[in-house]
Amino acid sequence: MSVAAPSDGKWVGQSLPRVEDAALLTGRGRYIDDLPVAPGTLHAAILRSPHGHATIEAIDVARALALPGVAAVITGDDVKRYGSSMVVGVKAPLDCWPIAIDKVRYFGEPVAVVVAESRYIAEDALDRIDVRYVPLPAVIDPVAALEEDAPVLHERLGRNLVSERAFRYGDPEAAFAAAPHRIAIDVRYPRNACTPIETYGVIAEYDPGLDGYDVTANFQGPFSIHAVMARALKVPGNRLRLRTPPDSGGSFGVKQGIFPYVVLVAIAARVAGRPVKWIEDRLEHLMGSVTATNRAVTLAAAVEADGRITALDWDQVEDTGAHLRAPEPATLYRMHGNMTGAYAIRNVAIRNRVVLTNKMPTGLNRGFGGPQVYFALERLVHRIATTLKLDPLDVIRRNLIPAEAFPYRTATGALYDSGNYQEAIAAAVQDGGLADLIARRDAARAEGRIYGIGYTAAVEPSVSNMGYITAVLTPEERTKAGPKNGAQASATISLDAVGSVSVHVSSTPQGQGHRTVLAQVVADAFGLTPADVRVVTEVDTSRDAWSIASGNYSSRFAPAVAGAARIAAERLRAKLAAIAAKQLDADLEDIRFDKGRVHAGDPERSLAFGRIASTSHWAPGELPQGIEHAIRETAFWTPPELTAPDAQDNVNSSLCHGFIFDFCGVEIDRETAAVRIDKYVTMHDCGRILHPGMVAGQVTGGFAHAVGAALLEETAYAPDGSLESGTLADYLIPTVMETPEPLILHYESPSPFTPLGAKGVGEGNCMSTPACIANAVADALGIEDVTLPIRSSVLAEHLHGPEPEPLRPPRVAPPAPATKAGERVLTGEGEAVVVAPRQQVWNMLLDPDVLMSIIPGAHGVEKVSETKFTADVTLGVGPVKSRYSADIELSDLDEPNGVTLTGGTQGALGFGKGSGRITLTETEKGGTRIGYTYQAAIGGKVASIGGRLLDGAARVVIGQFFEALARKAGGGSGRLHVPGFVKRLLAMIGIAR
Amino acid sequence: MPRLSADRRHPVTLNLNGRTVRGEAEPRMSLTDFLRHEIGATGTHVGCEHGVCGACTVLIDGQTARACLALAVQVDGSDVKTVEGLEEEPGRLGVIQEAFREHHGLQCGFCTPGFLMTLDALFRERPDADEDLIRETLSGHLCRCTGYAPIVRAALAARDWLRDGETDHA
Amino acid sequence: MKSAPFDYLRVDSVEEAAQVLAAEGGDARIIAGGQSLMPMLAMRLATPALLVDIMHVEALRRIDDDGKVLRIGAGVRQRTLEHHAGLAERHPLLAKALPWVGHSQTRARGTVCGSIAHADPSAELALVLMACGGTVHLRAGRKKRSVAAADFFTGMMATAKAENEMIEAVSYPVAAPGHSYAYREIARRHGDYAIVGCAATARPDGTTSLAVAGVADQPMVRDLPPPDDSGFFDALNQFAWDLNARDDLHATGRYRRDMVRRLGRQTIEEAVRCRD
Repeated sequence: MSVAAPSDGKWVGQSLPRVEDAALLTGRGRYIDDLPVAPGTLHAAILRSPHGHATIEAIDVARALALPGVAAVITGDDVKRYGSSMVVGVKAPLDCWPIAIDKVRYFGEPVAVVVAESRYIAEDALDRIDVRYVPLPAVIDPVAALEEDAPVLHERLGRNLVSERAFRYGDPEAAFAAAPHRIAIDVRYPRNACTPIETYGVIAEYDPGLDGYDVTANFQGPFSIHAVMARALKVPGNRLRLRTPPDSGGSFGVKQGIFPYVVLVAIAARVAGRPVKWIEDRLEHLMGSVTATNRAVTLAAAVEADGRITALDWDQVEDTGAHLRAPEPATLYRMHGNMTGAYAIRNVAIRNRVVLTNKMPTGLNRGFGGPQVYFALERLVHRIATTLKLDPLDVIRRNLIPAEAFPYRTATGALYDSGNYQEAIAAAVQDGGLADLIARRDAARAEGRIYGIGYTAAVEPSVSNMGYITAVLTPEERTKAGPKNGAQASATISLDAVGSVSVHVSSTPQGQGHRTVLAQVVADAFGLTPADVRVVTEVDTSRDAWSIASGNYSSRFAPAVAGAARIAAERLRAKLAAIAAKQLDADLEDIRFDKGRVHAGDPERSLAFGRIASTSHWAPGELPQGIEHAIRETAFWTPPELTAPDAQDNVNSSLCHGFIFDFCGVEIDRETAAVRIDKYVTMHDCGRILHPGMVAGQVTGGFAHAVGAALLEETAYAPDGSLESGTLADYLIPTVMETPEPLILHYESPSPFTPLGAKGVGEGNCMSTPACIANAVADALGIEDVTLPIRSSVLAEHLHGPEPEPLRPPRVAPPAPATKAGERVLTGEGEAVVVAPRQQVWNMLLDPDVLMSIIPGAHGVEKVSETKFTADVTLGVGPVKSRYSADIELSDLDEPNGVTLTGGTQGALGFGKGSGRITLTETEKGGTRIGYTYQAAIGGKVASIGGRLLDGAARVVIGQFFEALARKAGGGSGRLHVPGFVKRLLAMIGIAR
Repeated sequence: MPRLSADRRHPVTLNLNGRTVRGEAEPRMSLTDFLRHEIGATGTHVGCEHGVCGACTVLIDGQTARACLALAVQVDGSDVKTVEGLEEEPGRLGVIQEAFREHHGLQCGFCTPGFLMTLDALFRERPDADEDLIRETLSGHLCRCTGYAPIVRAALAARDWLRDGETDHA
Repeated sequence: MKSAPFDYLRVDSVEEAAQVLAAEGGDARIIAGGQSLMPMLAMRLATPALLVDIMHVEALRRIDDDGKVLRIGAGVRQRTLEHHAGLAERHPLLAKALPWVGHSQTRARGTVCGSIAHADPSAELALVLMACGGTVHLRAGRKKRSVAAADFFTGMMATAKAENEMIEAVSYPVAAPGHSYAYREIARRHGDYAIVGCAATARPDGTTSLAVAGVADQPMVRDLPPPDDSGFFDALNQFAWDLNARDDLHATGRYRRDMVRRLGRQTIEEAVRCRD
């Protein structure tokens, strides 16, 4: 059947207003928390670990269950009964549960789930669950986690290294031996997360008759995870109906990580026997969703005198946090075909290690593996230029893949579809005004200002090969497991009884405007307007066409899903054309679809599109021969290029490869060391552009994420595993004030591998921009190493040199820094003078009655033995008030000269342990000088959400103690001067840090 | 007013977008929960519940406020305006909304109602707001999708339309 | 992230508020704008038994200018003060610092006295109160007392206010003749808690003073020689060291000292320029 091509480009390529917007702008969006729920639906809240690493000795839920309105409390035991460990992507004895079983391995790990009539009551009940933990040393650094004596997270595994693979392409050893230079760089890519403004949400119900689950969640895919969830729930895939809401408040990969909570809430619903709804709150999100991986990389290059790179040697240590959650270690392998970036480098050695640490598990995040790779590679290119005193742009240019080489097979196996990097760069240099920027830098420097320029070139992969992750297995293991490959995309187009057009896809948009673009694509095919086409994007796995590759990730919408829709539309159009030809009594090849009508060359002699399109409903007997129906057409599309990794570990990890070239100018304030992005130019080749407005939106949005990663954002952990960035006041997302507008340029080289010629575009700046800004900062300050996120306080030390000493010793010496690995230790010392004689002070310190009266908020101090006390105390700083239990033990008693106190405390807001030595000496006036040194470790909730305030809060509580002691001991001499003691006692009596 | 006890729900009345609405709330219930789950006005979104992200911004007695930082009982008897009250008439977007649509000032739309409410208040008070003031005022909102540039463009366009009295902007 | 249960009482008079607070003591808390308290309630860091809402007390909504001080009642929102007619002349330092307080959305609800009561070490309004030698007016039942700012702030979120006391008002002394002022601060993001906030005063006799927030547990102020005096830098440097700066996630102690020295100097120089 031959049919004329649709009137291409009529709607596609235009920046139409989005069909999504009217609802979203008027408050009529339907996000998960807006959906109606079944009568009787209960609400879940999750108790989470306050420790980075601890064994669970006991969980007592009785008081929680006794609270009116509480229906059930679910712990690891229930999850073990109804579920199984989630599949792990490597061959290792490793469990992965959605809730702590016997031990907790990261701060924020779920420990229990309360299901109650309201979220308020559920949270009330959380406060009534008593968990006995035995804290363990934690390890948060991936390199330290590899050491022999590092704390082990998973005992069955026996170590923290879960996967190690070495790869070799070409002859890297020979290339290094032959090259005049070996230039290397060590970098750490930090933890950060794309942090959508809408959090996770799950509504789950269990049907015992079906033995099946019905779950609605703002999951974003990939739907390969559906198989993981079904297995974890111990049901076949057809007994897990997974639905997504019509709207989702952003994801950027992150909502892939909801799946353990789908399993958890589903089991909670089963235990409770009622539908259960859980909306994650922001604190939960910051401690227990997913982040991107942090990575330690050593990258060396064999370099010719002119800067040409002949070989790369990668050593990557990937930190996936406390568990290896599906699809990890995909972050490490997503870029495997792209380890040479935009450069023609034929010799590559790669050593990949994956380790576990006491941090939140990782998962999809915008850029997925790209930021980690390009921060190393493009910082290295900058280093090569400075080392060899070359222009960094020249080094980039000399190494680019030649334009005539496309499609180009990289050393590691990717097939780059199209591009002309040289021309794209030339256009960027010209249209982006590089010459002016260089003049601007020179002028600034002449004025004594600090100004630098950075460059990056990057290849942005899109449409992931579902098989790339199997590169973590050896070729033998892969053979055994069977091949994995492809990137199935699907689209269904239906025609109803009046011939109106509906499109269903499983692309789970997270705000990108899929409905608009699909309406454009399909309208073009049928000669309709986009308004005529209804697009439905909410997914129902029990009804819709989907595959494991469905979902919203690897920038696959434009290249894959929109293409599948086009294919479905073409198939349906071909049938409609045949129907029209018969009804119009015309030749098939003359049939045109235009302006809502179908004609055969003469618009005067035409039929309404709806008339043709409804024929299969009303008059199937009139259909031409060979046409069964033209009611519904589902197209699946997967590119043949995406083959499985081969026996030599060649990995074609993605289908499309866009190109990015960025340059920027930054100025650093000489006084404050604040970094200001003065100008940012980003050139993109994303193939054919389907909707310029949305492409611009993807670029500026990705750029903003990258600015955050470069300058502000870090999911930070203390050495003991406590989270330090537990609120949005400490996890710093850029605002409009910190986000400049980049100049966006385009160079179009359509992909020959995708139906519409489009490539992905949404992730590129997350890959290129952090490195580009870091290169500019390095250029500005003439420094070698730049640590992300770039902090003014670090730059300032470089800028300001040695610090001026004070004339007099400061009034209070700063405390010694914490040092011991695995523990965040606070130390300090100080003294106080009281009027009472030494013996009296000694007696007071050992007298429970006196202690009761001077420990702030003590409800009862009990002497367990001569040297052991327990206390129940309420401590408060400002409005922050809570109750703690404390144990204090005295040792090294040297009456009346000194005593050592060791103790621990635990309460809803936090816990602490510490020890201190108190020494008593007589003053000349017959009073007593109390000297003290202490060390303390504090963690828990307050540490993660009030870190900024804890030091001082601790001092306040200790101050209260000393004021009371001084009053009791006959009055101190004026205001007590006790800034530090706080901590020791605090740690002892409870409040935190 | 009598002391409202913690363990009971108490009547709360608002003038919401020009109409009187009644519901019940425990003293601890936030205005966001009251609007969304008692009244059913789900256009106001919850992003952080600790006053940083700005997604839940509404107008209370004409002034911007984070609805997550207000209790329903505190607001009893007040005028509250939410995103549902911005349409000029049903089916016809208000000027700021229209500017956001035209300039692609939104993607996922989750933070958008907050931005709209802040701009609604700003332009009422400062029809002449310049870009610096607009940026400064919008800095109380987080958006993860757009990179802000399209939002600023939409805000500038809305200001101009409002100032020039153009009603036929669409 | 939902508050623990509490009772709520909306009072109509200062007397009623003071009485209730005196009777309930530590179990009750005043809620005014709620911009600091509400997050603490939601996170269950604070779990009071009773919230006393004073925002409907007409008498607390006043800003009085007696020629010497601006007396700001406990019900006055930050935004109201920001827009108070003549503020830039009567109290230029407040006028300069107010735009730095949170964001416009929180200033529209947050109160001046609420910020003082919260005593965050980075708070601009507390810093200015220290810088200009202001006073906090407290009340417990019928008993009233006034405490100088220097005595009011006692530590991190700690004040001289007893649990049964409420702040009725604060007094900011108005600009003295011939004095000039400047305000600067630095944070990692616009609107964040200041890493270092500086409020400088230049007096007619050439001497200066610098008040610093965000470094010590409470705002601190110190008199300094004129910036062109040979002893200026040493005095400023000593001040920087005496503040006992700590490391945290956002900045090192060293950086905070650096900023006291550098931003502090810039702020003082700006104040001097304003005077000249």
